[in-house]
Amino acid sequence: MFQSLLFGKLTISAIPYENPIIMGAVGASALLTMMTLGWVTYQGRWGYLWREWLTSVDHKRIGVMYLIVAGVMLLRGFADAIMMRFHQAFAEGAGHGFLPPEHYDQIFSAHGTIMIIFVAMPFFIGLMNYIVPLQIGARDVAYPFLNSVSFWLTVASAGLVMVSLAIGDFSQAGWTGYPPFSEKEFSPGPGVDYWIWSLQLGGVGTLMTGINFFVTILKMRAPGMTLMKMPVFTWTILVTTVLIMLSFPVLTVALALLTFDRYLDMHFFTNGMGGNQMMFANLFWIWGHPEVYIVLLPAFGIYSEVVSTFSRKRLFGYNSMVYATVAIAFLSFIVWLHHFFTMGAGADVNAFFGIATGIIAIPTGVKIFNWLFTMYRGRIEFTTPMLWTLGFIATFAIGGMTGVLLSVPGADFMLHNSEFLVAHFHNTLIGGVLFGYFAGYTFWFPKMFGFRLDEKWGKRAFWSWLVGFYLAFMPLYALGFMGMPRRLVHYDNPAWQPYLLVALLGGLVIAYGIACQVIQLVVSIKNRKALRDHTGDIWNSHSLEWSLASPPPFYNFAKTPHVESLDAFAHMKENGIAYRATAPYAPIHMPRNSWVGVALGALTFNFGFAMVWHIWLAAAASLVGMLAAVVLRASDEDVDYMLSAEEVARHEKNASAQGASPAGLANDLITQG
Amino acid sequence: MSATSAVLHDDHAEHGHDATENSLFGFWVYLMTDCILFASLFATYAVLRHNYAGGPTGTELFDLRYVFVETMFLLFSSFTNGFAMISLHKKDRMATIKWLFITALLGLGFVGMEVNEFTKLVTEGNGPDRSGFLSAFFSLVGTHGTHVSIGLIWMAVMMGQLYFKGITTATTSRILRLSLFWHFLDIIWVGVFTVVYLFGVI
Amino acid sequence: MKKLWISLLFSLPLMGYALDGQCSQWTLLDPKGPIAADEKHLILTALGLMLIVVIPVIVMTIAFAWKYRTGNKEATYAPKWDNSHAIEAVVWTVPAVIITILGVIVWRSTHDLTPEKPLASSVKPLVVQVVAMNWKWLFIYPEQGVASVNKLVIPTDRPVSFQITSDSVMNSFFIPRLGGQIYAMAGMQTSLNLLASDVGTYRGLNTQFSGEGFSGMNFETKVVTSQAFNDWLAGVKDYGKGLDSIAFKSLEVPSENVKPAYFSSVEPQLFQTILQKYQADDPKLRTSACVAPRSLIQAKN
Repeated sequence: MFQSLLFGKLTISAIPYENPIIMGAVGASALLTMMTLGWVTYQGRWGYLWREWLTSVDHKRIGVMYLIVAGVMLLRGFADAIMMRFHQAFAEGAGHGFLPPEHYDQIFSAHGTIMIIFVAMPFFIGLMNYIVPLQIGARDVAYPFLNSVSFWLTVASAGLVMVSLAIGDFSQAGWTGYPPFSEKEFSPGPGVDYWIWSLQLGGVGTLMTGINFFVTILKMRAPGMTLMKMPVFTWTILVTTVLIMLSFPVLTVALALLTFDRYLDMHFFTNGMGGNQMMFANLFWIWGHPEVYIVLLPAFGIYSEVVSTFSRKRLFGYNSMVYATVAIAFLSFIVWLHHFFTMGAGADVNAFFGIATGIIAIPTGVKIFNWLFTMYRGRIEFTTPMLWTLGFIATFAIGGMTGVLLSVPGADFMLHNSEFLVAHFHNTLIGGVLFGYFAGYTFWFPKMFGFRLDEKWGKRAFWSWLVGFYLAFMPLYALGFMGMPRRLVHYDNPAWQPYLLVALLGGLVIAYGIACQVIQLVVSIKNRKALRDHTGDIWNSHSLEWSLASPPPFYNFAKTPHVESLDAFAHMKENGIAYRATAPYAPIHMPRNSWVGVALGALTFNFGFAMVWHIWLAAAASLVGMLAAVVLRASDEDVDYMLSAEEVARHEKNASAQGASPAGLANDLITQG
Repeated sequence: MSATSAVLHDDHAEHGHDATENSLFGFWVYLMTDCILFASLFATYAVLRHNYAGGPTGTELFDLRYVFVETMFLLFSSFTNGFAMISLHKKDRMATIKWLFITALLGLGFVGMEVNEFTKLVTEGNGPDRSGFLSAFFSLVGTHGTHVSIGLIWMAVMMGQLYFKGITTATTSRILRLSLFWHFLDIIWVGVFTVVYLFGVI
Repeated sequence: MKKLWISLLFSLPLMGYALDGQCSQWTLLDPKGPIAADEKHLILTALGLMLIVVIPVIVMTIAFAWKYRTGNKEATYAPKWDNSHAIEAVVWTVPAVIITILGVIVWRSTHDLTPEKPLASSVKPLVVQVVAMNWKWLFIYPEQGVASVNKLVIPTDRPVSFQITSDSVMNSFFIPRLGGQIYAMAGMQTSLNLLASDVGTYRGLNTQFSGEGFSGMNFETKVVTSQAFNDWLAGVKDYGKGLDSIAFKSLEVPSENVKPAYFSSVEPQLFQTILQKYQADDPKLRTSACVAPRSLIQAKN
């Protein structure tokens, strides 16, 4: 009784100490964490970290922290991927790979969940946090404190996924968690609960971010920046936030109902007792399909910025680009049923959703042609961001083609749930989404840290990723045609094995690409003096973020810029009114940092963990704590301050004296000074 | 001097009294997302409304007169909330607190009646685990009730803030948003009353 | 180095197909029935249509990138050129035309190939009831009164009408050589109509992940002449062991990599019993979550 009050279902046997692979992973993660914490302690940087970063409500610092989360989780998600590739390559006939089914099933479930929710989402949210306010000439987001809360909710839910490795297990029901398999009857363990709570709590954070940036973009643009003068990246983010706001509440409901089924014996999706399993599939994909575009549209925005900058030319067909983005967003809400044509909904319904899906190819195609015509009659520089973009255009064309193929119901009946499908969505998510984020990371890195990334290692990373991608996923297309379903832990067809070996080789080449990226970061930090950006406009680009020093001062703009045209900064440069604002300055209203975001994150993690293990007392305590933190925050009047004009003048003077890097953000981060 | 004022004017677009406007707008947007949340729950209820699994139907369970009284509590609370807003605009702190208190009492009556209804259903063996229909019923109505309860906590906090801090920009902005929230829940309840209870007994 | 080239070729699916020589392994391109043949044709048609856009895109990417590289000072440079109504018109129209054509194809083919549509044939279709279980397939031949597990025997050139449900989680019933798949869901009945034209043994499987035994949930589809089919039926009838409630209970126990088994008799209403087990009390009022008309996802009595 007492024990269940304190520990719920949690016992010492929840730690899978008998499984060497998991324990190895746990050990490695723990070691890395300890080393990081130890290093921070050794350097005596805890106070700095707490004051300047963890409690920060500055969109730029929150953005960087999001990127760190995405990077860490990318390593975890990739470790899962390479394990699957190793396993499947040797799981034919008498060979049984090296993973038992219950472990393999967790790995593919975790891989999907992590890559979508904890890599793709924080990656673009990090980039947009840093860049969007700068692009629209704002000093911060609409709700800086809420931004910090969103971030810490994301960290808490990513933490839940990581903890599931060591305590208990993760879901085996795939990243989509279809019932009735994910119901208590078929998955009684804590795995599905970890999946539910990490998605649910992270989803709440994402929804708040969506609202935050929607209001920011609509209400806080610099004077003169009408909607049709906004940079394309900001446009794609605006549309993305709309998608987030419209779709995430549906995910919240789908997960909540599954939670009710599992915790309160309700019957939403159960077999029998009036449950309806296909309702989950509908709800999930009403969120899930827009989610695809939530991660894809920001990448489209990045490509637009990059291709125009490095073609040394204005973006071709800006209006078309905007209309196409809006059209894609609208269409993304009326295609969800194509994820289950095989439910047997009948010809009319299937044909409607098939055709609607096909129509998305039109605006997408237009975008691709507009990028191509931006290159046309340009002066193309093959920098790393541009290479990612070129790799994207060619690769994504193939991914789009296979996507349209899957949208034809008659073809989907054959290809559904096959390796062909796996190849298709990796084709769009790696070749479309991830390449874009990498392009954005390389493109904006100098803005964030004051020095650019090493080009040689960046190019190596690009070529490894590109070649690795084709090696890893083209064989899967073939396997789809050979009738191989996805998620097999074992198979009896020797003809499939060579293809899976090639896919493994591809995975290893990608691993080399990731290694190149890690080396790139280390090498660039070492050579940061040589790579320093003195101008703030290292690529000679066109939008307002480049008008600031690299990295920008914490208040962004000493004076709010006035926007006259599209490509505002390019216009300023042409008319000789670019670069720093001069005195006199006015006082700037700034938000204060807050510990409440961190506290809410910690309490959220506690709550999620307690709910997974049915420790009701701790869950209730966490809820009360969250409420108290919110009320406390609401009663705190000292949440902002005025930065005096003299202070601003001092910062701006330092900036011009140093050439760039007034806040010394990068130096702070890296050196001990 | 004129230069300074120009600069100040320049900043004005971003902060100052626009912060209230921004937070009101943001709250509106949040309410729209909440609307989608409820829409999904309504859709779920519509799908499962006849999945009785051998259990009782709406006609057997719902007492329209009881729910009508419950509804009146909520509708009147919106009315008294209106008086609170009028007092707020008149900068009459104690009157605002008084009207908020009456609103909260009515809201508490609503939640109390709902809890009573739920308890009765559960003790009679017609809890949310009885059938798909009852799962959907409890989840939809209960989600609304949870929202109202959160509104009550919010209201309590605001009464405290009004008492100790008085009518400031911050408290005014918060009470404005609370009032929006309260009216929004009223509208949702009209939907619940119609779709669940009225259609349920027809 | 040579090995690397061979693996690279493997990575190009169609090249691999050409070099493989084992066409029979390319299941989807080697149909053994008219439905599968139509679906293969559909896949290739759609693929061909889209290549009209995809190939130029890839060529243009490489060509533009090369021609307008910084080093090529010969190429025209027009930094301010950012709009052309002619090009805009083309880039909106060409994809729109292709998608319109594809849309027509989708509408027609979806209605032709919809799984519940009976196949035109002078022969009366053979009814087979399919139940997905953990982790095996149960086939009931209601008109013949026999049943089998993980082994489906059907005659050539006679339409087969499958009625499909699940006694467990969601599964997906798929015989790639004969035609597309359809979900098997508890409490719901889906239909699939197929026809086999060639004698042979083909793989059938579940494609929807269903737990630990998922990978072994395959069955053999044996397509035989109608004479051989009758012989097989007679053989099973003689086999002696029936599928009564005790035998069914033991079938319901989860098991993996199950060997084929046969039952000489079967309770006539077994399929309906399994179906009703998961249905709401009042089947007439049972609604379905999808937007389809209720008649299409049947919840029959």
